Amino acid sequence: MEAYDLNQTHIIIPPEEIALSTKQLQVYYGHNQQPSMTNASLSFPRFQITALIGASGSGKSTYLRALNRMNDRIARVDGEIRYRGTNINSPKVNVYEVRKHIGMVFQKPNPFAKSISENITFALKAAGITNRQELSNRVETSLKEAALWDEVKDSLNKSALSLSGGQQQRLCIARAIAMKPDILLLDEPASALDPISTTKLEVTLKELTKKYTIIIVTHNMEQASRISTYTAFFHLGHVLEYDQTEKIFQTPEIQATHDYVTGNFG
Amino acid sequence: MDEIQKKLNAPSKASREDVIGRIISYTCIAVIIALVVSILYFITSRGIATFTTNHVSLWQFLTGKQWNPGTLSANGQPQVGALPMIVTSFSVTILAALVATPFAIAVALFMTDIAPKTGAKFLQPVIELLVGIPSVVYGFIGLTVVVPFIRHLFGGTGSGILAGTIVLFVMVLPTISSLAVDALRAVPTYFRSASLALGATRFQTIYKVLLRAAMPRLLTAVIFGMARAFGEALAVQMVIGNAVLMPHNLVTPTSTLTSQLTTNIGNTIMGTLPNNALWSLALILLLMSLVFNLLIRYIGKRGEIKS
Repeated sequence: MEAYDLNQTHIIIPPEEIALSTKQLQVYYGHNQQPSMTNASLSFPRFQITALIGASGSGKSTYLRALNRMNDRIARVDGEIRYRGTNINSPKVNVYEVRKHIGMVFQKPNPFAKSISENITFALKAAGITNRQELSNRVETSLKEAALWDEVKDSLNKSALSLSGGQQQRLCIARAIAMKPDILLLDEPASALDPISTTKLEVTLKELTKKYTIIIVTHNMEQASRISTYTAFFHLGHVLEYDQTEKIFQTPEIQATHDYVTGNFG
Repeated sequence: MDEIQKKLNAPSKASREDVIGRIISYTCIAVIIALVVSILYFITSRGIATFTTNHVSLWQFLTGKQWNPGTLSANGQPQVGALPMIVTSFSVTILAALVATPFAIAVALFMTDIAPKTGAKFLQPVIELLVGIPSVVYGFIGLTVVVPFIRHLFGGTGSGILAGTIVLFVMVLPTISSLAVDALRAVPTYFRSASLALGATRFQTIYKVLLRAAMPRLLTAVIFGMARAFGEALAVQMVIGNAVLMPHNLVTPTSTLTSQLTTNIGNTIMGTLPNNALWSLALILLLMSLVFNLLIRYIGKRGEIKS
């Protein structure tokens, strides 16, 4: 692989209102002295989709998981994550509250082996909501927001595992937004889906930007250019470029980004 | 062309190896099946002799409280009532499983989710060690430590269901724990991440997701423990008191099916009623282990984790 200068970066700060930002975020796995994610400072605009792209092992998933503290007990995370004026990377912060406001959807659809409605009410009940009317309202609105309601409204008590992969993934999104989070983190949500399900998912995500800030890790560059407003390019644990998506895909400043988006990488 | 045609129709070294391999496997399987069938036949034929040749009624055998195979009762029937032993066997089994299960699940959770590294480092060897200790050692400790302790606390001899339960508790704990560890490890990691990412606490994740998903296999673990407790003879024999009496409370001497068998099988003559009656006890044990096995299979089939 061609050696790129990892110190030459081009990172903008979007002019919009910022929902979440990181300063000098470093992630260390195990006893490694060498961070797997180095000095990532990014700002994510509110009600927009931001895409994180890069080759496998570039650290984008590691970075994403750090944002809602899913790396707790797995890796050491240094640096600052700013959300609503608070550094949520501080050990004093209530990690369970963080995750209620910053939801996450994983690469592999991972519904619980429970019914469709129980999958959504699980977290609500865990958060202390017991009113049945409220629970069933939330099930309906979140399934509608995730564009799954029409397909499952007659089978809410069926096992979630009987759904197709694409439906399961939209159920996972519904489950996450039922908590009414501010921010949704998606870790390659479409990589296990067929093209039709992927298109549906992308349409759903576009709709969701009305109410949520979305940060999505993706391997699929067309997907990034189709749905995101801003794009960050990760390489070997460094963020090399962050700008408007159009700029990244058409006139990138950094050679590595240019090579990656044109397919001349490695 | 001819050469290839010839080879196609002739056996080779490889094809002969296939045949030999098949013969060896089938022979081994046949031997094992023959063994199992003859054990079953032997125990069954001996076990039902009490009822066929000695004409004891099955009902009386299962509900009678007097066990005195050598003498006849007032109505001319031999006194072979196995109820006290059946009750005691079930009591120690169920009590030991009840006491051991929460401990075992706690140990398993500690090893899989709370402190996987420490758990693997310290607890795993401890559990393996507990499994490896011979049952006579457990029985001996029970006899010299547990029984005097109970005697001191409650009076009497100290032997009985309580002492049996305590000894069996220690013996089934590693069995249930290690199977519970397997059960919890079989729950996919993404269930945990899914739950945590939704803001659920660790306790909620363990209680509502992990244990729920692992439930069928945890039940299987408990039943395995019960099967072990039910069949354990030596250690129990040393602390139970070996008097065939209906247990009135947890600290009176009594006897289990297995302890009665190990105590008396050497003192009876083949073919006589006292000997046949013991075989009937063995038959009950066999049938019970069959029931445990069927339960495990049933639960295992219903609770496979689908993904």
